[in-house]
Amino acid sequence: MSTWVTVLVASLGCYGLKLIGVSLPESVLAHSRVQRIAALLPIAMLSALIVTDLFDSDRHYRADWHTLAGVAVGAVALWRGRSLLVVFVLAIATTALLRLLL
Amino acid sequence: MFTGASQFALVGVLAVAGSPFAALTAALLLGLRNAFYGVSVAGIVRPSGLGRVLTAHFVIDETTAMAVAQTGRRAGRYAFWATGIGLCSMWNLGTLAGALIGRSINTSALGLDAAAPAIFLALLWPQLSRDRGLVVAVGAVVVALALVTVTPAGVPIIAAAGMAIGAGLLPVRQHQQERRPG
Repeated sequence: MSTWVTVLVASLGCYGLKLIGVSLPESVLAHSRVQRIAALLPIAMLSALIVTDLFDSDRHYRADWHTLAGVAVGAVALWRGRSLLVVFVLAIATTALLRLLL
Repeated sequence: MFTGASQFALVGVLAVAGSPFAALTAALLLGLRNAFYGVSVAGIVRPSGLGRVLTAHFVIDETTAMAVAQTGRRAGRYAFWATGIGLCSMWNLGTLAGALIGRSINTSALGLDAAAPAIFLALLWPQLSRDRGLVVAVGAVVVALALVTVTPAGVPIIAAAGMAIGAGLLPVRQHQQERRPG
């Protein structure tokens, strides 16, 4: 499957899920268990994405400490209640600066 | 595709040469919550016919949050469309700019390798306060770390999704149910 086919199928699938949501009667998706799973899915997947982004290097554990430090500064900013944009800028600026200086 | 977490996940898995199926599964599982947002949004916007097709496209975390946060339905509808049109145009302009000039930027020198994990963390952060959120997050981290060296790219993400399904299926003690789009 080429990259473009993947992108197209994923796009259609993601759009289809939205269309199902706005089209189906509420009772179909109103089960509390189903809703709980849907709410927990992003938590689990985002956590896993962060871990693989930071520690996976071609199926070997390896982390770049500049990047780790940048994300750590971003985490502190989140803890202090900063917005996504501030977190983003602080994380990349920290990483870039550390890489330039050290 | 207009749903950030799915887009990032798709690109993330493809970028590390993960299988297209793993990338697709990750994107669809992350997009699943939009179906539930759609129910809330449909109750506020009440679209019909062609409007439904367009409404569906704009259903994401931000538009749903803005719509349900308003007190009347009129305000909710306005918030939904304003957020949707604004975000969708800026988001796609940004994507286009990235696609056009992306190759000419030294992403490493600009620290952009920290961008994706930092954004994922920022998306994750407000959701951790949800019931079982922290447990699921820690479990997902353990699962992903355990699998990352032994499975093809993308599989750790899908396995982590299994954690969420397991945790969601477990029975709930009273007074812990909540109905908040998140």
